[in-house]
Amino acid sequence: MSVATQAPAVRRSALARLTITEFRLLLREPLLVFWGFAFPLLLLIVLGLIPAFKQTHAGYRGLTVLDSYVPILIVLMLAMLSYFALPTVLASYREQGILRRLRTTPAGAFRVLAAQLLVNFLSAAVMVALILVVARLAFAVPFPLAPGVWVVIALLTAAGTLTVGLFVAAVAPTGRAASAIGSIMFYPLMFFSGLYLPIPSMPPVLQHICHATPLGAAWESFQDAALGHWPPALALATMVAYPVAFGLAAARLFRWE
Amino acid sequence: MSGCPGDAPAAGSGDAAGVRSVIEVRNLRKAYAGTVAVDDVSFTVGEGEIFGILGPNGAGKTTTVECVEGLRKPDRGEISVLGLDPLRDHAELTQLLGAQLQESQLPAKLRVAEALDLYSSFYRAPADWRALLEALGLADKAGTPFGKLSGGQKQRLSVALALAGAPRIAVLDELTTGLDPQARRDTWELIEGVRDRGVTVVLVSHLMEEVERLCDRVALLDKGRVVALDTPAALAERVEVAQRIQFRPSGPLDDALLAGLPEVTSIIRRDDVVVVTGTGNVLNAVISVLARNQIVAKQLRVDQANLEDAFLELTGDHAAGRPADLAAAEEE
Repeated sequence: MSVATQAPAVRRSALARLTITEFRLLLREPLLVFWGFAFPLLLLIVLGLIPAFKQTHAGYRGLTVLDSYVPILIVLMLAMLSYFALPTVLASYREQGILRRLRTTPAGAFRVLAAQLLVNFLSAAVMVALILVVARLAFAVPFPLAPGVWVVIALLTAAGTLTVGLFVAAVAPTGRAASAIGSIMFYPLMFFSGLYLPIPSMPPVLQHICHATPLGAAWESFQDAALGHWPPALALATMVAYPVAFGLAAARLFRWE
Repeated sequence: MSGCPGDAPAAGSGDAAGVRSVIEVRNLRKAYAGTVAVDDVSFTVGEGEIFGILGPNGAGKTTTVECVEGLRKPDRGEISVLGLDPLRDHAELTQLLGAQLQESQLPAKLRVAEALDLYSSFYRAPADWRALLEALGLADKAGTPFGKLSGGQKQRLSVALALAGAPRIAVLDELTTGLDPQARRDTWELIEGVRDRGVTVVLVSHLMEEVERLCDRVALLDKGRVVALDTPAALAERVEVAQRIQFRPSGPLDDALLAGLPEVTSIIRRDDVVVVTGTGNVLNAVISVLARNQIVAKQLRVDQANLEDAFLELTGDHAAGRPADLAAAEEE
């Protein structure tokens, strides 16, 4: 097998090795691979083939329905990785004593947590690029008019979902519990991002709720960046508040064993 | 008898008198939420020995080694491992001490070779993990995921991982729990092999047989305290347990002949089997009497004190733990 033949000419750092290992393990989970990687792309292709999605819509400020669905797919992919993959793996590592075992090695348990964050973040980055390129080449969805702003929004969104995932990993006693909590959060949060019903088509009360949720605020902000400007301060504040709050809570509550 | 075991030479290893200590634990105390897990535990482990920590469940064995590994902060006491403080010098300690933790798993889909390759990469001067794989009989399992290994194979892999950094000390916690007798014996040979490489081994166990077979010295823990610290043989000798002789006389035997002996404390007959209990040189006395009366003791069995008796005696559990028939004999 490949591992046995790699001559470590340059000894890679423990973090790099852990990250590669965690990525291999992620690829060995067919459900995560499907829902995290294949499903968002499949959905993009299916939606791209529906003529109605090429229509513009008043609520979308001149963008087509498909244009507006691209950020939803990105949010969907981030939610899959952050709410399911990350907390399930970390909570089961704690449950199985893997974190404790690593604490007795020079690598320490913190590095595996960092490796998990890196794996999910890097996978998400590759997926974002893929989604944008496929949408552009196959379905003529334009690249964002303010790419810098768009990248900032994407980073804030990833920070928001990953810290919520860490929070779930911190409070869930077992891997099973983590995946249960993940799915309880996933469906309502995805609803508020407009996955099932676009936010502009919702009644005003629901729209306000959407703007206050991390994924709803993310969608609105992606729309702004696509149109070439910064999102309103309130949306930005929302997008900063979630990662800060959940990041601090996760750091306080996380236990290695 | 806890005291300062550092002064007591490790008789089991023969040449231990001049050996320098690699682990020193003094007056260790650790409590969880009001329950004292370990109280005033002291011991030293000499270089190259297999040191056993034996005790019933909840005696504080795991807490003790977790403090040595730097996984827990002691409430009181001092620990020095190879001159290092397990908490303050934790990073350096992890380079020198390999641990096998109780009930510790690996990701189910991580393969054997990947696990070893990964763990070796953490260390400054790792062992050759392919040689370890060979030595532990896992060479043909290199591509097998952890989740598909048998219990014995998982334990062997966890020993291999504990040795991946070529440590000077290996701490093995409840290594053979849940293994079948054959796998257990194989694992014992393995531990002796580890010691033969010059690695000091600390072995946590609740299995008498295991400790008796492997350890040069044993610390016997009970309710968080060291109740004895010695070689397994010396511990067994320390116990003044009544000897029990059981035989089938070849001819008619008058109980009074034996009852008159000062060494004999009781005689019971069970069908045609005679069970004599006594102290001191009771066996010689009984056999002499039988010989004088031309009676042969058929199917002779003598039960002597072993580490298990010492364990039960010293942990104050013997009322509950003694063999039922012996307890019954005492009532008569």
